[in-house]
Amino acid sequence: MKTTPLHPAHLALDAQMIEFAGWDMPARYGSAIQEHHAVRSHAGMFDVSHMGRLFLDGSDALSLADSVVTADVTAIPSGHARYCMACNESGGILDDLIVYRLSDQRIFIVCNASNREVIVNTIRDKAPEFPDADLFDRTEETAMIAVQGPTAVPIVQSLLPFNPESAPLFSITVHPASDTFIARTGYTGEDGVEIIVNADAAIPTWDRLADAGVAPCGLVARDSLRLEASLRLYGNDMNTTVNPFEAGLGRFVDLTAGPFTGKDALLNVKDQGPERRLAGFVMDARGIPRHGQAILHEGRVVGEVTSGGRAPTLNLDIGMGLLPVALARKDTKIDIDIRGRHVPATVTPTPFYRLPRPDS
Amino acid sequence: MNPDDLKYSKEHEWVKVESDDEALVGITHFAQEQLGDIVFVYFPDDLANLEQFKSFGEIESPKAVSELFAPISGEVLEINTELQDRPELVNEEPYGGGWMLRVRLSDASELDHLMTSDQYEALIAEEA
Repeated sequence: MKTTPLHPAHLALDAQMIEFAGWDMPARYGSAIQEHHAVRSHAGMFDVSHMGRLFLDGSDALSLADSVVTADVTAIPSGHARYCMACNESGGILDDLIVYRLSDQRIFIVCNASNREVIVNTIRDKAPEFPDADLFDRTEETAMIAVQGPTAVPIVQSLLPFNPESAPLFSITVHPASDTFIARTGYTGEDGVEIIVNADAAIPTWDRLADAGVAPCGLVARDSLRLEASLRLYGNDMNTTVNPFEAGLGRFVDLTAGPFTGKDALLNVKDQGPERRLAGFVMDARGIPRHGQAILHEGRVVGEVTSGGRAPTLNLDIGMGLLPVALARKDTKIDIDIRGRHVPATVTPTPFYRLPRPDS
Repeated sequence: MNPDDLKYSKEHEWVKVESDDEALVGITHFAQEQLGDIVFVYFPDDLANLEQFKSFGEIESPKAVSELFAPISGEVLEINTELQDRPELVNEEPYGGGWMLRVRLSDASELDHLMTSDQYEALIAEEA
């Protein structure tokens, strides 16, 4: 199994480790629910070094990225990022990713660990059309730490050269001297940053954050946090048989962008409207929905749970699932088949949890 | 760590005999530690009798569902309903407030098929 540069830190903290996409990763350090609450109320940090970190360099870097992803990369201002997807010819999702435009000649892509090879190969397949663009996979020579929560930004500001005033959401700041990148992105529904450093700087950075009171958090808390924010998980909520409109991610598809793989198919889907759609639901009786369980409506199987779990912030059992469009509507009554028990649930708007705004 | 006055099963449940024929049933400290935060304990609505080593319910952590296996046979006298709203009691007090069932033992000789705390500690030393 592969290990991240932070692996020794996890073992020193006596984390419960699990295999994730071929990596030996921390599931939890103690109570995953306490870790979840730490992120919602204060600040937590996650080793996300297993995620793919790819760089495209050269005068064709933007066009190459643009030919692969659903966002209009040429419209991203330098120093900013977009959440988007890479699709296959039929519009199925190959991966969801964040594309950062570092300059006119440099693109940085963060993809899922499980799809790194797919994305590298997809880019390589397109590369001959874009001769002045070189792909560098820097995943294994760097580390990435996500620092998330209401106090994450001020803590990072106190430790690193980072000024939140000039670094809005979805921006990225580069510090060439230390080869450090600080992106104001994340996967928890909270404000925060993702810090990319060289492998040898990983443990010192982690230790400084820990000394500043940031709680180490594992993949279990990461999953419950992203589910409350209804952020999709590749492999659960989407795969190559699901298109972005079905996944409820149509707003991250720019059909005015230059030709990209899957664009024609997606124009069609948009035109005709998807037949099914990812919907959120809340359980009306106790029962924890899990990936793969059947969803019933009036006794008939109509869909499948893609993600589900206990929501510690909301004190509810929640889930998401693919439903026929007519049923993917607020207040539709459904049942979840939990190992033979039909437990009632109601379709609800997402996200389940939204970051409280200072003005509300 | 594991009280001497309880008997333990290989599936990490315990039995505490409280009188001639009444006993409490729960899961061990080791089990709750391995499972992590308990977010739901499920008993079937018609749970009336336990059969030794047969399933009597489910216990869920954020990432996994595990079956609960009866350490002894008997009639279910009481279910710890507090676990419905506070499943974390299983983590906090596995041998106290996290008890699951009160049972009338149907065959006390079944206790001989269970382990003492010393034997159980040897088992978890192997599994850990």
